[in-house]
Amino acid sequence: MSDKKRVSRRQFLNYTLTGVGGFMAAGMMAPMVRFAIDPVLKSQEGGDMHSVASIDEITNEPQRFEWTIEQVDAWYESEVQKTAWVYKDENGEVVALSPICTHLGCTVDWGSQEEHPNEFFCPCHGGRYTKDGVNVKGTPPTAPLPYYDHKVKDGMLYLGDTISRKGE
Amino acid sequence: MLQRIYDWVDERVDITPLWRDIADHEVPEHVNPAHHFSAFVYCFGGLTFFVTVIQILSGMFLTMYYVPDIENAWKSVYYLQREVAYGQIVRGMHHWGASLVIVMLFLHTLRVFFQGAYKKPRELNWVIGVLLFFVMLGLGFTGYLLPWDNKAYFATQVGLEIAAATPFIGDDIRTLLAGDPEIVGAQTLTRFFAIHVFFLPAALFGLMAFHFVLIRKQGISGPL
Repeated sequence: MSDKKRVSRRQFLNYTLTGVGGFMAAGMMAPMVRFAIDPVLKSQEGGDMHSVASIDEITNEPQRFEWTIEQVDAWYESEVQKTAWVYKDENGEVVALSPICTHLGCTVDWGSQEEHPNEFFCPCHGGRYTKDGVNVKGTPPTAPLPYYDHKVKDGMLYLGDTISRKGE
Repeated sequence: MLQRIYDWVDERVDITPLWRDIADHEVPEHVNPAHHFSAFVYCFGGLTFFVTVIQILSGMFLTMYYVPDIENAWKSVYYLQREVAYGQIVRGMHHWGASLVIVMLFLHTLRVFFQGAYKKPRELNWVIGVLLFFVMLGLGFTGYLLPWDNKAYFATQVGLEIAAATPFIGDDIRTLLAGDPEIVGAQTLTRFFAIHVFFLPAALFGLMAFHFVLIRKQGISGPL
């Protein structure tokens, strides 16, 4: 071994002490870091479907339907109200849209603008969506309104989680 | 890479003397366990500091889940211990560390006492050490209430009665600590939480800094 590559006593001690110290620090920090990042790693279980409305109530015009779900927020349990805009399209298929604007999360309303009676409108920054929930070009939202996962059983409409749609 | 970042900063701010001053100091032979094994008694101060660092870190992480409220305190502790990954370990570190830090502090005190290391010119550092001991006991007392279970509640009840036994001003001290002359409840918990995580740690940091500055200034006391 050439002299150049020799590790001096001081260097050796530096390496071993840094190594052992680093190992101890990592052992100490690992559980705490895992503890802190737990919410990110917790697996999201799919929500249940909830009965929202009778299928007869649903028309070709979007209507607001509300229902409550049992929400478990760590140690706090509460009832939370959910809202959907629901209508039947030309083929008689049920469409349930989330009212949460994809721009910055305000709540959209149907036909509240006189100039655009057949559109969803967001009052915060003037975002607009067509009846099928697709965002109108030139308004702030960059993606369509999310769908609710839905099924029809025994003449009742059941809604589940929202499914977001990609913008162009 | 690291070396180059260090050099870049050092070239501009000249940080080498700063850490050299802290890191480069002689360890006399009589405090080095490699020379005399009995010198391990000199480790207790450093171990107290080490456990204190663990307490500070684990405490910081615990407050991510804990709420100091009588409705939710117990539930949040239950949740963080049962549902959050490594919750039992992080809470365990804080729980056992709290006892360990008192043990280490006591051993350190015994070493200084029996070696007579508190004598002139180190009397002031002894006084600061005793204040640190009181701050640690205060941290133990206030932290004990926070899980808000039966043991915590009744232990605090007893602790407050002891405080109330002080002549003349006892009842006022009790009210000041509990936040109410009668009830050990909502206000007691928030007070104890504030004292536990803000007031006493602030005092602890100040006193520890003073304690360490004096050690560096005066050096370790000589061999027996």
